[in-house]
Amino acid sequence: MTEMKYEVPTSLDDAVALLADGKGNAKVLAGGTDVLVQMHMDLIEPDLIVDIKNISELRQITKEKDGYRFGAAVSGVELMDHEDFCQTWPGIMDGVSLIGSLQVKGRASVGGNVCNASPAADSVPAMIAAGATATIVGPKGKRDIPVEEIATGPGQTSLEDGEIVVSFFLPNSAPGTGGAYQRFTPRTEMDIAVVGVGISLTLGDDGVCSSAKVALGAVAATALIAEAAAAALVGTKVDKAALDNLAAAASAACKPIDDKRGTKEYRIKVAGVLARRVALIALERALGGKE
Amino acid sequence: MKKHHVSTTINGDEVDFLCETSETLLDVLRDHLHLTGAKEGCGTGDCGACSVTLDGVLVCSCLVLGVEAEGKEIETIEGMADGDELHPLQRKFVEHIALQCGICTPGLLISARSLLEKNPNPTEEEVRFGLAGNLCRCTGYQNIIEAVMDAAQEMRGA
Ligand SMILES: Cc1cc2nc3c(=O)[nH]c(=O)nc-3n(C[C@@H](O)[C@@H](O)[C@H](O)COP(=O)(O)OP(=O)(O)OC[C@H]3O[C@@H](n4cnc5c(N)ncnc54)[C@H](O)[C@@H]3O)c2cc1C
Ligand code: FES
Ligand code: FES
Repeated sequence: MTEMKYEVPTSLDDAVALLADGKGNAKVLAGGTDVLVQMHMDLIEPDLIVDIKNISELRQITKEKDGYRFGAAVSGVELMDHEDFCQTWPGIMDGVSLIGSLQVKGRASVGGNVCNASPAADSVPAMIAAGATATIVGPKGKRDIPVEEIATGPGQTSLEDGEIVVSFFLPNSAPGTGGAYQRFTPRTEMDIAVVGVGISLTLGDDGVCSSAKVALGAVAATALIAEAAAAALVGTKVDKAALDNLAAAASAACKPIDDKRGTKEYRIKVAGVLARRVALIALERALGGKE
Repeated sequence: MKKHHVSTTINGDEVDFLCETSETLLDVLRDHLHLTGAKEGCGTGDCGACSVTLDGVLVCSCLVLGVEAEGKEIETIEGMADGDELHPLQRKFVEHIALQCGICTPGLLISARSLLEKNPNPTEEEVRFGLAGNLCRCTGYQNIIEAVMDAAQEMRGA
């Protein structure tokens, strides 16, 4: 066994340089709630661990003119303790607050949740529905991409060697917008989603839905954007007929697997049921925002 | 093999230790520092038996590397009682018979203290939610919840 090194850089440049030197068998460490479990189970054996928690850009939550930016290594508990963020982004917080126990959220970051690329990652559908983008740095410089472009399959990402997600940006939503995320699990706590649904919808002054985005988790190799499901809401008052169409379209979009948590048929059915529930929560929040 | 030299504060005392990268904070506490209150139930963040606080934040010490503790303040179960005087939570756990084998108890006490620091007057549901990361295979939880509610009331001076 070779010796495993540990570095804790304090700047992005240093982190990128360390990862470049690590030549592929370097592992980024944020909260470690996936990395340490994978090490414990001998699934990974990195030569170098690059702890990114001491880089300030990765730890800040800031309100900018056009939206909110938060560091990729900000922990779930840090987000939960940030009142204004929680009030502004209840849908994101629906997802974040479902990530494991309080102990797990004391460490787990959204950056890690996204980059671990589990199809069932609970923060991802709401982030996609809210139109979040990720700022990434690497040996070739800096780039911004939508969150849905990070995971490419279970445990696989589009990040190149040496790239780090620095922060996420959530653009200000239009007045009358509501977002929500719910998942279905056999247990109420500490379980992995069988299906997760994130929805963001915007109502015009007339109460008619002017735009919507629907993202489904755990029903395909990565979180899916269900365009037909969103289209079922646009132009409606999110009434029963629209919800029926949403549910049917959400079910139709699923490409699930069978596993011990649920069969394909079950996941497809639950996706529709859950989409309906999540749309109603998003609707309530959209209406609340108008008062 | 080159070891890391780590300086921390544990239960108010300055503590230095040596560890390898692969060792968790739980390994360090138990195997190097002989603070065996925190238990290893799973090693994967599921059971909460290894709960400690790190700069005041409740964490599973099995999911923290020993080297990550550099410059940090750690609180473990060993620091909970004040000499021979048990913490109210510890006393109420005894009074309510909130334990059987006791493996989960140190973690539950640390979680319960962390919960009451944030929320001194929790509802039963909030207590259950706050302790959801601590599994107990023996008690069925009811006595644990009652002990925490009772301790909370006493600590509020009610
Ligand atoms: C008991 C338990 C219960 C859990 N329950 C849930 C749950 O209900 N729902 C859920 O979604 N998840 C759950 N998880 C997993 C969840 O904790 C992780 O996915 C977490 O969000 C990952 O964040 P982290 O900061 O711990 O990442 P780490 O473990 O540090 O990293 C995760 C992966 O992402 C990479 N990475 C991290 N940050 C970056 C970055 N900024 N740039 C590039 N790569 C990066 C790492 O190299 C690694 O491959 C659970 C975990 C445990 C242990
Ligand atoms: S030993 Fe750490 S959570 Fe079980
Ligand atoms: S008392 Fe035995 S696990 Fe809780």
